[in-house]
Amino acid sequence: MNKIYRSMLFMPGNNPGMLQSADIFDADSVIFDLEDSVSIEEKDSALILVTELMKSIQLNANIVIRINPYDTAFYQTDLDLIKQLNINTILLPKASLQSMKDLDSQLEKTNINIFALIETAQGIEDVYEILKSTSRCVGLILGGEDLSVDLNCERTKEGTELFYARTRVVNAAKALKKIVVDTPFTDTIDEMGLKNDCLTARKLGFDGKASINPRQIDIINTVFSPSEKEIKFALRVIDAKNLALENGLGVFSLDGKMVDLPVIKRAEFIVHTAVKIGLIKGENDEN
Amino acid sequence: MKLNKPAKAGTYESNDIYIMIFPGYNSNIIELESVVYETFGEQIKSVINESLNLFQLTGVLVKAIDKGALDFTIRARMTTAIKRGMSNE
Repeated sequence: MNKIYRSMLFMPGNNPGMLQSADIFDADSVIFDLEDSVSIEEKDSALILVTELMKSIQLNANIVIRINPYDTAFYQTDLDLIKQLNINTILLPKASLQSMKDLDSQLEKTNINIFALIETAQGIEDVYEILKSTSRCVGLILGGEDLSVDLNCERTKEGTELFYARTRVVNAAKALKKIVVDTPFTDTIDEMGLKNDCLTARKLGFDGKASINPRQIDIINTVFSPSEKEIKFALRVIDAKNLALENGLGVFSLDGKMVDLPVIKRAEFIVHTAVKIGLIKGENDEN
Repeated sequence: MKLNKPAKAGTYESNDIYIMIFPGYNSNIIELESVVYETFGEQIKSVINESLNLFQLTGVLVKAIDKGALDFTIRARMTTAIKRGMSNE
């Protein structure tokens, strides 16, 4: 099964102190950012810093690099260097059909995957086609800040203005079996607000949440991890399924309710996630 | 290769190094200030020299103010400063 994407932490690409500590924050992925967090004057500096880091240090984290947008002069410069690195994912900002197509063709001789950052009104409308445009695309992140600008509406903590975008991107991603990650919650002091925003995103079907501050990771990981109750139930479903198979039963019930394929698949996903993040031991773990 | 103009890169933030380079000297000179000079001064100078050699530069004054940068950061800031100094823009 695939990697876990509960939390994706953005780090400014021109900050060596943060970059070299990327693997200590427990984020499932870390995004080295060459775009918004780097000033125009320091674009060259950030690109060289990230390149030197990736060539020199083996970080114990899933590293994603956000390059500059397709319609900027920095896009090609970033790509020429980044595609030579030993990385597995590029995050493409302001993803569109055209930019996905171009990035896909430029990555032709590599094994690099793409995450699409969906943050324009057009991107929201095209999201299904964008995700489907290349098998390299493993998922998307919703970018609420830029989208709010494009929609000409206020970005609120409640996120009402993003409701359509959130449900649309989740549906598109789930239809194509891709990862879908929610927009960051930008008030880094408001822990309750962050938790509520994560809970809303999880209820809507998001797999995880992007973050702009390491202090948010613990809350995000907790909300997007299966609860003890969910894990216990999932393990019982799998035990019951195994027993039914042994007895040659195609259909079975648990606690008086029939268990069908979607319930089994969800249980398997919960157990897989719980194993992956170390909440329970897997079949192949020792002891 | 040739340095066309003075250039700088890096910051004074911790874990970083601030590099200034100047053309027009008889040989390469490194002036280093570092919070860890006693322990790592020679190592930092060696990385700076490697960068100068990589670009085959001679006659360059390097002024470096180190705030505890790792080798990859020193290399990156040197490369940035050199590329900026070699640019004609």
